[in-house]
Amino acid sequence: MNNSLLVVLIASGIAYGTPLLFASLGELLAERSGVLNLGVEGMMLVGAVMGFWTVQRVHSNTAVVLFAAIVVAAIIGAVLASIHAFLVITLRASQIVSGLALTIFAGAVGLSSYLGNDLNLADSPASHTFNAVFPQSMQNWPVVGPIVFGQNVLVYASWALVVVIWLYLSRTRPGLNVRAVGESPAAADSMGINVTRYRYAHTLLGGALAGIAGATVTLAITPQWVDGITGGAGWIAIALVIFAFWRPELCLVGAYFFGALQALAPQLQARDIHLGPTVLWTNALPYVMTIVVLVVVSSGTARSRLGAPAALGNAYVREER
Amino acid sequence: MSAAAQAQPQPQTPAVSMRGVTKRFPGIVANDHVDFEAAPGEVHALLGENGAGKTTLSHILTGLYRPDEGRIALYGEPVEFASPREAIDAGVGMVHQHFRLVPRFTVAENLVLGDRRGAGRNFRIDPGAIAEQVRGLGERYGLEIDPRARIWQLSVGEQQRVEILKALYQEARILILDEPTAVLTPDEADTLFVTVRKMAEEGRTVIFISHKLHEVMAVSDRVTVLRAGKAIATVRTADATPQSLAELMVGREIVVVRREGHAHTDAAPVLEVEDLWADGDRGTVAVKGVSLTLHAGEIAAIAGVSGNGQRELAEAIAGLRPCTKGTVRVKGHAVHTGDARTAFQAGIGYVPEDRLGTGVSPTLPISMNLSLKSFRSESVGPFLRLRMMRDKAVEAIRTFGIKSSGPEQETDELSGGNLQKVVISREFSAHPSVLIAASPTRGLDVAAVEQVHSYLMEAAEEGAGVLLISEDLDEILALNDRVLVMYEGGLTEAADPTNVTEIGLLMAGGKPA
Repeated sequence: MNNSLLVVLIASGIAYGTPLLFASLGELLAERSGVLNLGVEGMMLVGAVMGFWTVQRVHSNTAVVLFAAIVVAAIIGAVLASIHAFLVITLRASQIVSGLALTIFAGAVGLSSYLGNDLNLADSPASHTFNAVFPQSMQNWPVVGPIVFGQNVLVYASWALVVVIWLYLSRTRPGLNVRAVGESPAAADSMGINVTRYRYAHTLLGGALAGIAGATVTLAITPQWVDGITGGAGWIAIALVIFAFWRPELCLVGAYFFGALQALAPQLQARDIHLGPTVLWTNALPYVMTIVVLVVVSSGTARSRLGAPAALGNAYVREER
Repeated sequence: MSAAAQAQPQPQTPAVSMRGVTKRFPGIVANDHVDFEAAPGEVHALLGENGAGKTTLSHILTGLYRPDEGRIALYGEPVEFASPREAIDAGVGMVHQHFRLVPRFTVAENLVLGDRRGAGRNFRIDPGAIAEQVRGLGERYGLEIDPRARIWQLSVGEQQRVEILKALYQEARILILDEPTAVLTPDEADTLFVTVRKMAEEGRTVIFISHKLHEVMAVSDRVTVLRAGKAIATVRTADATPQSLAELMVGREIVVVRREGHAHTDAAPVLEVEDLWADGDRGTVAVKGVSLTLHAGEIAAIAGVSGNGQRELAEAIAGLRPCTKGTVRVKGHAVHTGDARTAFQAGIGYVPEDRLGTGVSPTLPISMNLSLKSFRSESVGPFLRLRMMRDKAVEAIRTFGIKSSGPEQETDELSGGNLQKVVISREFSAHPSVLIAASPTRGLDVAAVEQVHSYLMEAAEEGAGVLLISEDLDEILALNDRVLVMYEGGLTEAADPTNVTEIGLLMAGGKPA
C-alpha cells in the first residue's frame, strides 16, 4: 500500500516541495511588506552552495554540522537580500530590475557556480544529510508512515513556519503593521510606523528563508553540488506566492502540488508508465513560471485583481511639498 | 446662535496658541506671521479661499511641516513637533481631505494601527475586544459603523467617520477637520455637524477648515479668516454674517452671479444618450442605464457625491471608456463608443476631472498640448507644422490669459488654473457641439473659477450643449439650466433646479418628489 503511486507521490511531493515552501514563505514576507524580490533563484543557489560547503568542511557531529549549514545558508541569503533591499528601499531603484540583476549575479553561472568551483565542491556526495527522524517501524505504518513520519526535520520545521507566519500576519501587531506597510505605506507612515525598517526586516527575512530553501536542496533532496542545482525552483516559488494569493497556508498546498509534479516523471518512469514527454513539461515548468511571474508583476490590473499588496513594487516617498 | 454663548471666557488658557507662525515655500509665503488661538470646548473655523494657507497652518499644527518662524503652545505648554507621531501623542488629531486609511483593512484594524497606548503595546491583537471598543466610541458620537467592515466597502462619508473615530480612539483633544464636507451629501454634512458639536461639548477643541460660508455659520463658535497667508481677522460667529465673512475672505465685495435660466427644450438636441451602461475600473458596473438629452445652448449640471459613476459616464460619452450597452448620438449621428478620436471628431469636447493626467501630456510644451486634437488635419504628410502650432499657442495664451513663460513652457509647470485654461482653450478651438466639463473648477482660486464659469457660459451662448459634472452645489446652482443627480450609476432629473433640499435628497439616493 505504501508503494502505491498516490502515497509515493504525496510523500515525495512533500519532500520536493519543501524548498519551494521555504522560498515562497520568504518571498511572501517580503512582498507583504511591499518589496518584490525576483532574486529568489540566485539567493537559493548561493544558500545551496554555502550550506553544502559548511557540511563538507565542518567536522563535528551530524546535528551540529547540519544546524551550522542552515545558519550559514540563512545568513548568506540575508546578505544577498540586503543588496536588493538597499537598492530598492533606500535608493528606490526598480524592484523588478534589481531582483533580476540579483538572480543573474548570484545564480547559475554567477556567484554560486564561482563558489562551487573555487571551493571544489562538485563530484562528492554530502558528508551529512537530513534524514527521516522517526524510526523505521513508524515509517512503515500504512499511508501516514511515509507521508507524515517519513520526513526529515526541515519538513516539520516548514510546517511550524507556516503556522507561525499565519499567526504573525493575522494576529500580531507587527504583522498588522507589515501588512499596512505593504498595502498603504503613506497611511502606515502617518501612524508612526517606520516603513523603511519594516521593509528591510522582511526583505532580509525573505532572503534568509531563500538561503535555507537552497540548503534544503543540497542537504536533503539531492545531497551533492551541481551548477544550477535548484533548476528554476526560485521562479516557481515566486509564482507560488501569486497563486497562493499571498497567503501562507495556500503556499503549502501549492508547494506540495509542484513538488509532486517534480516527483511524477521519475516515478512514472520507474513504473514503466509512459504518458508522453512528461520530463519535457515538468522541466519546462520553471521557464513557464518565469514568464507568468514577469507578466503578472508588470501588469497592475492583474496584480490588483489577484489581491496583491497594493503597494507591491512601489518605492515609498514621503509626500513633501 | 446659542453655541456662541457657550464660548469660553478669554482668561482661560487656550488649547491651541500659535504666535507669528511663518512658513515659506519656494516662491510663496504660505503662512505669514499668523496668530491663531482656539479655546477648549470651542469649534473654531478656519476660513479662507483655496491657497489662503489654511492647510499649511494645520499641517504645521500636526507636525507634518515645521514652521520657519513662530511659537506654538498647547494648553500653555510650548511644543515643537518633529513628526506627525509626536503631534498625535500630544493629542492633536487630523482628518485629512485625502483619507489615510488602508483600504483592505477592516475599520478596527485601521484604528489600532500604530497605536502605542495601553493595549496598543500588546504583541497580540484581540479583534473582538477592539471591535467592542470601536462600537462603544461610535455609539457615543453618533458615528455608528461596523468595526469588521473593510474600508473599500464603505462609502466616502463612512470612511470619513472612520477617520474621525481614529482620532477619537487616539484620544485627540484637538481635532482638525480639513474641508470635511467636500465629500458629503447635505444630509451627511448635517450629521457631521452634530458630531462636531458633541465633541466640543465634551471639552475638545475642533478646528474646522472650510471655504463654505454657510457651514462655518452653522457649526462654529468663532471664525479666523485667512487671506493670502495672513490671518485677517478673528470674529465671533454670532457677530458675523455670511456677507461680512465673504468680504473678509476675498477682500472685496462679492457679487453673486446666477445665470439666467433659459428653457431650451425647443432647441435641437445636440447629445442623445440612450440606456448607457459602462463598467468601472474594478470591473463593477458603474453606469446603469443612463439616458439623457442635451439641447443646444443649455447647461445641464450633473450633481452627486463623487464615486457614483459620474467620471465613468463622462468617459463613456467622451469615448474614453467602452460602453457595455447603449448608444450615444451627437446631432443625430451615432458615435462609436470606446473610441476617443471618433468622439471628438463628432463634436464632443471633454474637460476631464484629472486635468494633469488626462487633460494634457504634462511634459510636452503648451503649443503641442494645444494641438493634440488637431495636429492630424494640420500636419503636412508625416511632418508637424511647428511654427503654425506655436503661432496658435501664442494666440491662445493671449485670448485666454494663460500665465506662462511662452508656448514652449512645459504644461506641468503651470498652476492649476492656467493648466485648466490650456485644456479649455484646446477643447474650445474645435467648436464642439457638446462640451463635457468634469469638476472644472476643483482646486482653483476664485478668480480662475470665475473665468472658467464665464467660458462655460460662453460656450452655451455659442450654441454648444454643456454637461457640467460637479460636486460643488454652489457652482451647480450658479450655472445650471437643469440639474440631474447621479446616484449609484443611475441618473435622476431634479424637478426644480434651484431646490437644494430636493437635490440633496436625490444625492443621498432618495426618490424624486
